[in-house]
Amino acid sequence: MSTPKRLLLTAASLLALLLLWQFAALWAQSRLLPGPPEVFEAMARATRTGVLPESIAITLARVAASFLIAMTLGSAIGIVLGRSVALNELFGPWVVVLLNLPALVVIILCYVWFGLTEVAAITAVAVNKIPNVAVTMREGAVALSRDLDEMAQVYRLPRLRALRHVTLPQLVPFFAASARSGLALTWKIVLVVELLGRSNGVGFELQTAFQLFDVAGILAYALAFTAVVQVIEIGLLQPWERRANRWRR
Amino acid sequence: MSGIGIDIAEKRYKAQAGGPGREVFRSFRLDIGAGEFVALLGESGIGKTTLLNIVAGLDPDFRGQVRFSGAAPRLAYAFQNPRLLPWRSVLDNVALPLPAGEEGRRRARAMLEEVGLAELADAYPERLSLGQQRRVALARAFAIGPDVLLMDEPFVSLDEAGAARLRDLLRRLLAGRPATVLFVTHDRREAVELASRIVVLEGAPVRIVRDMPLALTAAERASPERIDAVRRALGAEAPG
Repeated sequence: MSTPKRLLLTAASLLALLLLWQFAALWAQSRLLPGPPEVFEAMARATRTGVLPESIAITLARVAASFLIAMTLGSAIGIVLGRSVALNELFGPWVVVLLNLPALVVIILCYVWFGLTEVAAITAVAVNKIPNVAVTMREGAVALSRDLDEMAQVYRLPRLRALRHVTLPQLVPFFAASARSGLALTWKIVLVVELLGRSNGVGFELQTAFQLFDVAGILAYALAFTAVVQVIEIGLLQPWERRANRWRR
Repeated sequence: MSGIGIDIAEKRYKAQAGGPGREVFRSFRLDIGAGEFVALLGESGIGKTTLLNIVAGLDPDFRGQVRFSGAAPRLAYAFQNPRLLPWRSVLDNVALPLPAGEEGRRRARAMLEEVGLAELADAYPERLSLGQQRRVALARAFAIGPDVLLMDEPFVSLDEAGAARLRDLLRRLLAGRPATVLFVTHDRREAVELASRIVVLEGAPVRIVRDMPLALTAAERASPERIDAVRRALGAEAPG
């Protein structure tokens, strides 16, 4: 399908959702299910006061920090475990334990141990995401080509050079997969972390709206932030992936 | 250039699920002089690639030792598959073992020119034919100016004309940069055309059944009668 046609279809699909929402709101006739106009009005109001852009910026900064930490540490752990059978046997179970630890438990423990601080918040989000990244990257590291490894060894490539030219390019698909699921997971957890222990950011604003039963406000923040994440996906992640894959036939 | 002393007391593959253990080498010795071009002939599966991997240091799991005369040699290995990085351009592949920077890229470019692939420098390897990929692998091997060059059936699965062109190219490259070569093949004609010494192996465990120096002139190597004569001298018991 051509790009304009696909865009048109996406737009039509979203419009249908919007109409459905409008009908539901008209039928319910309740303050607890506001229609699209009320929500967009709430969005415009919060944008004028500057609270919405500021909250989104703060939350995005937290997402970025914890995402970077989780991707770096998770990739390193995953690659090491994937390349060493012994280490994987030793520490693989730890990863599984962490993977199955509820996000909420990690968040509470981080706040209890490190106080209601920025460091605790970002650590909590990163710790939640690290095992997911590690598991995906471990899969990639197990599948690394032994042939190319031997080539790098024979030609005495320095470790960093081999990592950059031989190892990491093979992990790009796995990295892209964990980045994509990582972004989605990270920003959802950041909201919970903000709700529980921060006094700014989208999560905090959602809590305030929740206390006031301001559903229009809640939907306004949710929609605005979802849109920002979509822009990151389309504007950053997808172009990077295309660039990394341009050698494929 | 450096000579190679191969002395393998024992090399065995451990028993794995579905197959018994296998002894590949026992008390195997082969000494190669500096600058020799040794062709290793033998049935597939007897351990020729294992021997190259041991010399290359890729397989440390054996009893014995491999010694190189002179300083630590620069070693290049042309594998049976070209083993290029599909996500790097042809030029980057050749420059890979060279020092980073402009000087390395210049040398890689000159090397590509020498193997006749200058205009494909920016292409990705998967867009190249197998013959072209093999040329890139040769360029990468010679780019480091190797003292020792290991080659594992580097011209297999090409048509005869393509293989002949690559043999020519290899001779030309070696004339410019002499190296000690260990060349695995099962093609006797190829061995006679290229080698200064032919070692015929049988197994298992691998032993040397014939070790024949070859002092042929370029003209003699080009003559089918001479080649057939040498092939007969190698013995008719095995095809090739």
